[in-house]
Amino acid sequence: MNKLKLATVWLGGCSGCHMSFLDLDEWLIDLATQVELVYSPIADIKEYPEGVDIVLVEGAVANEDNLELIKKVRDRSKILISFGDCAVTGNVTALRNPFGDPEPFLQRSYLEAADIQNQIPHEPGIVPALLEQVKPVHDVVEVDVYLPGCPSNANHIRAALEMLLMGEVPHLSGKLIRFG
Amino acid sequence: MAVKTLTINDRLVSARESETILEAARDAGIHIPTLCHLEGLSDVGACRLCLVEIAGSHKLQPACVTKVAEGMEVKTDSEKLQKYRRMIIEMLFAEGNHVCSVCVANGNCELQDLAVEMGMDSVHLNYQFPQRTVDLSHDRFGIDHNRCVLCTRCVRVCDEIEGAHTWDVAGRGHNAHVITDLNQPWGTADSCTSCGKCMMACPTGAIFAQGTTVSEMTKERDKLEFINTARKNQEWIL
Repeated sequence: MNKLKLATVWLGGCSGCHMSFLDLDEWLIDLATQVELVYSPIADIKEYPEGVDIVLVEGAVANEDNLELIKKVRDRSKILISFGDCAVTGNVTALRNPFGDPEPFLQRSYLEAADIQNQIPHEPGIVPALLEQVKPVHDVVEVDVYLPGCPSNANHIRAALEMLLMGEVPHLSGKLIRFG
Repeated sequence: MAVKTLTINDRLVSARESETILEAARDAGIHIPTLCHLEGLSDVGACRLCLVEIAGSHKLQPACVTKVAEGMEVKTDSEKLQKYRRMIIEMLFAEGNHVCSVCVANGNCELQDLAVEMGMDSVHLNYQFPQRTVDLSHDRFGIDHNRCVLCTRCVRVCDEIEGAHTWDVAGRGHNAHVITDLNQPWGTADSCTSCGKCMMACPTGAIFAQGTTVSEMTKERDKLEFINTARKNQEWIL
C-alpha cells in the first residue's frame, strides 16, 4: 500500500502549532509508519510537491510569499486543514488589520522600537512585501477542515489526523473547535 | 396567580402567566442559549440568540421578553434556529476584534463558549477589523471596546443592582459603544462606585481587572447571584 502523502506548511504564524504537532511525541513514530512527510518547515524540501493527500496549514496569509504558496498548496493537495487560530481567524497575525496600511507598523517595529541597526528590511525578491490586510486561509482558498486553537492542542491534532488516516474528512465540534 | 399551559419542543409545560418563554423553558430543564440575559437583570432582547419559533407566527420571537400564553406551541431548537444562532455568533466575531488567544477571558468567556455550542469552527463573514479604543483611566478596571458585544449587561447591572448608572450606550449602528458618565474617561466618571459589578456581568473580556493577563480572568458571577438572591428574598430588610 502506498503511504499517504502528508505536508505541513508555515505561513504567517509563530510556529507554535508546529511545536504542538511535535508535542505528539511517540505517536509521531506511529504516524511515520502511515504517512510520508513530503513537505514541511521541519524537512529540507524546497518545492511544494504535486499529489499531496493531507496538508496542515499553520498561519495567516500575511505577505506575498504566503499568498503565492497557499495557492500552490491548494492546487496540489486533496485535503487542506486550516491549522490553528492564525490560519482560521487571522488571530495575532491580523492584529495590525484595524490600522490599515502596514507601513506604520514597520516603522514602529524596525525604526522606533529597535535598539540597533534601525532599518526597515527592503530586499526585493528576498524579503516578501506585506499584504495590505492579513487574511485567514479560507478567505483566499477553499478549506476542507478547520482545526482552531492557539496553538491547536496536540491531542486535537491527533484526533483530526486519525480520522483522516481512516479516510474520513472530519467535521470537528466541541472542544476541538475552541478558539484560543 | 393564573397558570398557563404550553408546549415547548412538543413537551407539555405549565408556567405562571407572568413568566417568559425563557423562564418557563429553564424551569422545565429546556436549554435556550442566551448572551444578553443575566439572572436578576431586566431583559432587553438585544442579542437575539434566544429567538424561538411560535406556531402561527411567521416572526421569530426572543424568548427572554416574550410572555407565555395558553396553548402556545414553541420550538427552541429547529434547524433554522440553529443556523441563525450560528450566524449571530459569527456576526459578533466578525464585528469586533475578538482575539481569544490574547484575551484575559480566554477559557472564561461566554462568547467563546457559545461559539463552541453553535459548532462555529470558522467565521465566513468578512472580518470588519474596526478601530476601537481601550480605556485604562480607572484605577482598578479597564475596558477594551474591541471585545465588547454591546449586550448592555454592564449598563443594566450598574443601573439596576448598584444604582449608579455610570454606564450607558452612545452612537448608533456600527458606531454604538458603551460609555461612562457623559462619555468621558472611566477614571473621571464621578458616579462610578468602583464596585466591579460591570466586570462580573460582562460576558467577554471587555471589562477586566487591571493587572490580569491572558486567560487569568474569572468572573465571580456568584457574587452577583448572592446579591440577587438576597434582594429577592429581602434578606437585608429588617
